[in-house]
Order: sequence, then structure tokens, then C-alpha cells
Amino acid sequence: MSKFKIFTKGFFAENAVFVMLLGLCPTLGTTTSAINGLGMGLATTFVLVMSNAVVSLVKRQIPDQVRIPSFIVIIASFVTIVELLMQAYVPELYDVLGIFIPLIVVNCIILGRAEAFASKNNVFDSILDGLGMGLGFAMALTILGSVREILGSGSIFNITIYKGDGALVFVLAPGAFIVLGYLIALINRLTKKA
Amino acid sequence: MEYILLIISAIFVNNVILSRFLGLCPFFGVSKQVGTAAGMGGAVVFVMTIATIVTYLLQKYILVSFHIEYMQTITFILVIAALVQLVEIILKKVSPSLYQALGIYLPLITTNCAVLGIAILAVGTDGFGLIKSTLFAASSAMGFALALVIFAGLREHLDLADVPKGMKGVPIAFITAGLLALAFMGFSGIA
Repeated sequence: MSKFKIFTKGFFAENAVFVMLLGLCPTLGTTTSAINGLGMGLATTFVLVMSNAVVSLVKRQIPDQVRIPSFIVIIASFVTIVELLMQAYVPELYDVLGIFIPLIVVNCIILGRAEAFASKNNVFDSILDGLGMGLGFAMALTILGSVREILGSGSIFNITIYKGDGALVFVLAPGAFIVLGYLIALINRLTKKA
Repeated sequence: MEYILLIISAIFVNNVILSRFLGLCPFFGVSKQVGTAAGMGGAVVFVMTIATIVTYLLQKYILVSFHIEYMQTITFILVIAALVQLVEIILKKVSPSLYQALGIYLPLITTNCAVLGIAILAVGTDGFGLIKSTLFAASSAMGFALALVIFAGLREHLDLADVPKGMKGVPIAFITAGLLALAFMGFSGIA
């Protein structure tokens, strides 16, 4: 696989959210607005890149039987770092994302990439893979957050698009499911799978 | 009264799946048949309650007393992963029939973010003692099981319905879940 393909597959062909349906909890839980989605996506990207890099560096030292717990410890360390950093520098975003920041540790995308890619490839490729997958995830979250923000509060990235109250339901829980359902249907249609 | 409100709010008003967005992977993954959904629900009730009791004691007597609260994420996930294994081994010896019923769902629970999520929420909520935390975890898990079984029932019927081609499979499942969440929002007036 070429370097370019390793990087770009996370955006479309193997997009974590729209195609693989991984990491659904943060996808639905944090995308009440575009900026929240982007923040969550970038936090996840950081953890994904760092854990991919470290897993790839230590892959020969870890015995096969205990690799999953070892990966989880590596991932949890970076999640803790992100948690402390966000608490210090972006406290508003930290409060909004709340419980979903520590929950990055159980995001199946991260363990999935560690197991499927980083434990078999060199450091550079693993970082590239983590970056592509992470930014693809961030892109999906930003799209979902934008749609929900436009429909629900009439703005995007806090910039007002139309005046008046939006359909509040799109900011609330049911809207998350419905918007993602239609987005996946649209993407299936565009990729000619249906 | 306080306890009854806590239970109702955890099951219906703040349903762990439909309003908190935790545990969505099993929600979409094992909701094709009512039978398997009920099995998964039972396993989650079991593990979530035990995990919350253990993590609560750990937080109170180890993390807080040694001032290492920042180790919470790492400790909790390792404890839950170990706990699931332990529950599996004990259950196999003590109650083979229950093990048979829950067996294949137990390992899947380690990656269920609802377990870690509820454990973190329980220790993070002010005024939650051990009893309230346990009650909160048990009723949240029952809310999880309830939503899972209802959703599985709906999906069984969806198989027979005439769904537009582009919406078949995953998209229609999401929209159904959205409508279910809408129905659960009706409970928000209670608490």
C-alpha cells in the first residue's frame, strides 16, 4: 500500500464512522455542535496517533498473550494526558465533552488500529495511519455536528445562518440518531452500495 | 422516595443508551433478535453493578486517599477488564447454567463503554454513597437492557417491512433508534 493510500483510506474507503460504524458513542454524544464534534475528533486523533506510534515502537517487546492489556495501558496513558491538557487549556470544551473524554480509552477505533495496523507496521506508516483515521473520524464528527447545529440552532461554528429557533430535536438525543441514519444512507447512495 | 426517583430517572429519563449515548456498539451489534438482546442485557446488569461497586471502593479507599485521582481512567479500565475475566471464571465454576446463558456476551462487555461510563459517572456525582452508586448502576443497566430488548423487537419487525432500498439495514436502524429516543424523551417530565 502506498503512503498516500495509508493516509487517505481513513477519510473515505474505511471511514471509521460512516463505513465501519466504529466509535459511535462519542460520534452521537458529542456532536451537538460543529465545534464540539471537531474538538472531540481532534482529541481522539491525538490519542490515536500517539498510541499507534508507541504500539508500533514496542511491538516486538510485548509478548503476544498480553498484547491487548498492554495496548489498553498505552492508550489509557495518552487519554489521561489529553484529559489533563484539555482541563488546563480548553476548560469550556472539557466541560461540554465531559465523560466522553475518559471514554476515548474504550473507543474501538483506537484499539482496533493498534491491533490491526500498528502492531504489524513500522512507526512512520503507523503514525500516518493514525493521522488519516483520526482526521477521518474528526471530519465525520464535524459534518454530523454541523448538520445538527444548522438544523437545531440555525448556526454553524457559532456563526448564525438563519434567525429564529431551529428544530431543537436535532440538538437533543433523537436528532443524533436520525441525522446519522440519513447521512449513512446518503453515503451508501453516493458510493453506489445501494 | 429519593431512591425510587433515582431508579426511575436512571432507567427512563436518563436512559443510558437513548439519552446518555453510552454502549451503542452492543445496541446496534446484538439487537437483531430479542433472545440475544435479553442475554446481553442480563450480562450487562450483572457486570455493571459489580464493576461500579468495585470501582467505587477503589476510588474512595485507594485513589482519593493516596491523592492519585488522575490515575482514574487507567485504573478503572484495567479493573473492569480484569473483573469481566474474573466474573467469567467464577460463573463457569459456580453457576454453569447462568454461564451458558451469558457466556458469549461476557467478553464483549469489556469494550462496552457504558460500564466504564457509568462507573465514572457514579464516582463523579456528588452525594452518591455506596448504596446510591450501586442502585444507580443497577438501574442504569436495567435501562440498557430495556432499550436493547425493545429495539431488538422493533428490528425483528423491520426485517419484514418494506423499507426503501437506500435505507435498508443500518440507516433505518438509526432512524428507528431516533424515534425510540424520541419516545423516551416523553419520560423527561417525570423527574
